[in-house]
Amino acid sequence: MRTIGAGAVSASLTGAAMVAESKPGPPEKILDATDTVKLKLNINGVNYAVLVEPRWTLLFVLREAIGLTGTKEGCGRGECGACTVLIDDIPRYACMTLAVEAEGRRITTIEGLMTGEELGPVQKAFLEEDAFQCGYCTPGQVMAVEGLLRKTPEPSMDEIRTGVSGNLCRCGAYHHIFRAARKAAIRKTR
Amino acid sequence: MAEDGTIYYTNGLPVPDTPAPGEEPEFWKETDVVGKRTPRVDAYERVSGTAVYPSDIKLPNMIYGAILRCPHAHAKVKKVDAGRAEKMPGVRALITGDSPEAGGLKWKYRGYSGPLFDAHCRFEGEVVAAVAADTPYQAWDAVHAIDVEYDVLPHVVDHNLALTGKAPEVHDQGNLAGTDEYERGDVAGGFAEADVVLEQNYETGCQLHTPMELHGCVADWEGDRLTIWESSQGVYAVQSVLSGILGMPLSKVRVIGHYMGGGFGSKLWPGKYTVLAALMAKQAARPVKMILTREETFLCVGNRPPNTMRLKAGVKKDGTLTAFDFECIGPSGAYPGGGTEIVDWLVRDLYQCDNVRCLSRDVYIHAGTARPFRAPGHPQGSWALEQMMDDLAEKIGMDPIELRLKNIPSISQGRGIPYTRTGLKDCIERGAERFGWKDAVKRAREQNRSGSHIKRGVGMGACLWIVGGGGPPSTVVIKLFRDGSVNLNMGASDIGTGTKTIMAMVAAEELGVKPDVIQIEHADTGTTQYATPSGGSKTVPTEAPTVRNAAIDVKRQIIQMAAEDLGAPAVDLDYEGSEIVSMKDKSKRIQVTDVSGLKKRGVVIGVGYRGPNPKNKSVNPFAAQFCELEVNTKTGEMKILRFLGAHDSGRVMNRLTYDNQVFGGIVMGIGFGMTEFRQLDANQTGKLCNRNWHDYKLPTALDVPVDMESLPIEIDDPEANNTGAKGLGEPVTIPTASAIANALYMATGIRFTKAPVHPMEMRRRLSAGKEG
Ligand code: FES
Ligand code: FES
Repeated sequence: MRTIGAGAVSASLTGAAMVAESKPGPPEKILDATDTVKLKLNINGVNYAVLVEPRWTLLFVLREAIGLTGTKEGCGRGECGACTVLIDDIPRYACMTLAVEAEGRRITTIEGLMTGEELGPVQKAFLEEDAFQCGYCTPGQVMAVEGLLRKTPEPSMDEIRTGVSGNLCRCGAYHHIFRAARKAAIRKTR
Repeated sequence: MAEDGTIYYTNGLPVPDTPAPGEEPEFWKETDVVGKRTPRVDAYERVSGTAVYPSDIKLPNMIYGAILRCPHAHAKVKKVDAGRAEKMPGVRALITGDSPEAGGLKWKYRGYSGPLFDAHCRFEGEVVAAVAADTPYQAWDAVHAIDVEYDVLPHVVDHNLALTGKAPEVHDQGNLAGTDEYERGDVAGGFAEADVVLEQNYETGCQLHTPMELHGCVADWEGDRLTIWESSQGVYAVQSVLSGILGMPLSKVRVIGHYMGGGFGSKLWPGKYTVLAALMAKQAARPVKMILTREETFLCVGNRPPNTMRLKAGVKKDGTLTAFDFECIGPSGAYPGGGTEIVDWLVRDLYQCDNVRCLSRDVYIHAGTARPFRAPGHPQGSWALEQMMDDLAEKIGMDPIELRLKNIPSISQGRGIPYTRTGLKDCIERGAERFGWKDAVKRAREQNRSGSHIKRGVGMGACLWIVGGGGPPSTVVIKLFRDGSVNLNMGASDIGTGTKTIMAMVAAEELGVKPDVIQIEHADTGTTQYATPSGGSKTVPTEAPTVRNAAIDVKRQIIQMAAEDLGAPAVDLDYEGSEIVSMKDKSKRIQVTDVSGLKKRGVVIGVGYRGPNPKNKSVNPFAAQFCELEVNTKTGEMKILRFLGAHDSGRVMNRLTYDNQVFGGIVMGIGFGMTEFRQLDANQTGKLCNRNWHDYKLPTALDVPVDMESLPIEIDDPEANNTGAKGLGEPVTIPTASAIANALYMATGIRFTKAPVHPMEMRRRLSAGKEG
């Protein structure tokens, strides 16, 4: 398989929020860079079957193979956090995660925080507090806050700042991001 | 300095006129929608991930481009062998300087034109070849398989060495890119009059824009028509450049840029990458997505040039400024890019001073070409001027705030004409009061006397911004549908400043509808009106009055129609919310949606044009910022405790996004003053040492204070335009670093004349102080 046009990806939408039980682990033999492997990814509660090159990052597979472009690329090398997703509820840089490493894990992207067309509580707080400008770092910031609140439902201001300190915002919307995080925390715990 | 007509954000672009708008509406006295804290009209898209940025575009059959760039600061390409690369898996298009497609194509800088593929590479990052393949991985595999033979040549990357005569010449005519001289009054006489004369050298680091969305585009051909989705501040600028290079009619180049992930000046124009994407898309007969890597954005899409400055200033004991003598040198880079452009403007214009001389020398070096960066020149000039003001104040025993207030000019001295309004005095005065300046100074002095190794300082800086009044051309079309919903069509980009939201608010204000019934179409050369790129803090003061004119055009037509329904003359009728009411007989009223003319036609279309700016008056935003910080004199760590920005940008259009802009500008200023600098390997290779966000530090959430306050200084400015709004996006980052420097001085007694002041620099200076 040398191309990844639309036909190269078969996305199987089971609809049910099933978490695959397969254990993650390195492939037994070392593959050639351009060999493809078959992979099942559980993203936002939906199972996707994809053919990937082992060197493809989770970020690339999300954006270019599956078409979930909410997750952004700012650097591709673990510096900015624009690509933040939750893997088993923990914020991770999708650009630093190979797709093959993510098999069997529960992946949540910005799209997964929605209920249908409804925004999730963190997203709503970002909207109300204007916690962004250009919006390009925003999905990553939202995921970082979501991850923080899943672990620490009532974070202090210091915990909030540390929680998003792996997410650069070149527009400098930090102040409003802090406010949004605090608002989301209050809403979620109420 | 750039004349207003050729200000940098339209440099080199043919800018059309707009027709006269007709009678301008009255200045708003009170507003119902405008000014309120309003979440953005496109916030849902941006927080849900459904907003499609250019980098998110995925077209059927699309392939991915990658560019091979010269790894040397200065070299000649002797031979490019792409034989191996061509045969690699997935490769669909490949282009080098030898390809027929590239033949004769010219790339333009300001006043300079050279081949698209220039075998003489004058900076690290110059384009050598490009590949498009089925995946970006394959494209990069192929790029790495292209063999290039270079003749590596001697370089100069230190702008201070460029004119010494010993440096290699970047261009045949030498390394001087341009000189700008300015003089008014009698400078020598001014210094003779002064009680105190100070002279100081200053240096600022090179700041790189690195917006979060990478530079890039998607190019797609349908026959002889080209569509480009570009992450851009101005789709019409991209269209103009592309049609020029490719020799195509404007109508056949469609550029779309609905969303864009930040630009700060670096996306005012397209790049060579845009042309390469178009050429390879043609070659492969498939759409090409060309998104640069982060590393490339450090090399070749612009920078705020580093500046070396000298400022000599004279003051009388009573605080009268008698003379300024300013000199500055800075690099355009490898091609003309404005290495010292408007660095001296604050010296010329901010404070009352009759005798001023400025000399700026722009030089070429073997590094990436500068591009306008948020308030070009101003943070640099501010770094020198505002520190000098504090030093002068100290020498004559005056409070720095008082010295500034003593020197508020009544006219724009740089232009020799009055300002429409100036809020400089109010920004300083009311800002200081709100900040609690006097108490803060006292608190800091007390702490510093206490013997603690944690020292405290407060500092401030004031500024204006050279433009920020906007102006023609601009055309906006508003459609009012029979159900009362509205479509607003404008060409301008929303670069994260909330433009769309503000325009919806203006239309809503006039038409008596809610902002969320307004659908906005923008930033598409195929379907929206002409606009200059969003730069120079001109988008709101340009587009908002135009939107207002368009809405008023709609209202005029609706009133005509309502006159028939109400059986009352149109002159007696006016809008009240979403009703048309007779001013003579208030019982005669009709809902807009009930107007039969509108019902019949289904839509009424209004067109608005931007009127001219006032003649012989200068429209400028003003500001003052205040900061309090602590320095750990053992470790050199600095902690900014709080910041206050007092800004006069005329009418506040949306308080929510307004505050956000103020805070964002301060954050970027903290970067300029404390963390960001480009490090070139001047002695050995000329290459860039810090080409990623690990090595080049942006302020993070932990580097900015939680305590930030925005204090709008709202002064009615009906002469500026019919909304009274002035630019905000640039002044917000001008005085930040100088306020920090002044606070550091109070904390440590050390003058930090070299930006940025990072902990290592702080430690070094603290130790040097001890030894000295
Ligand atoms: S894109 Fe993953 S950290 Fe920047
Ligand atoms: S909103 Fe633009 S980078 Fe954060």
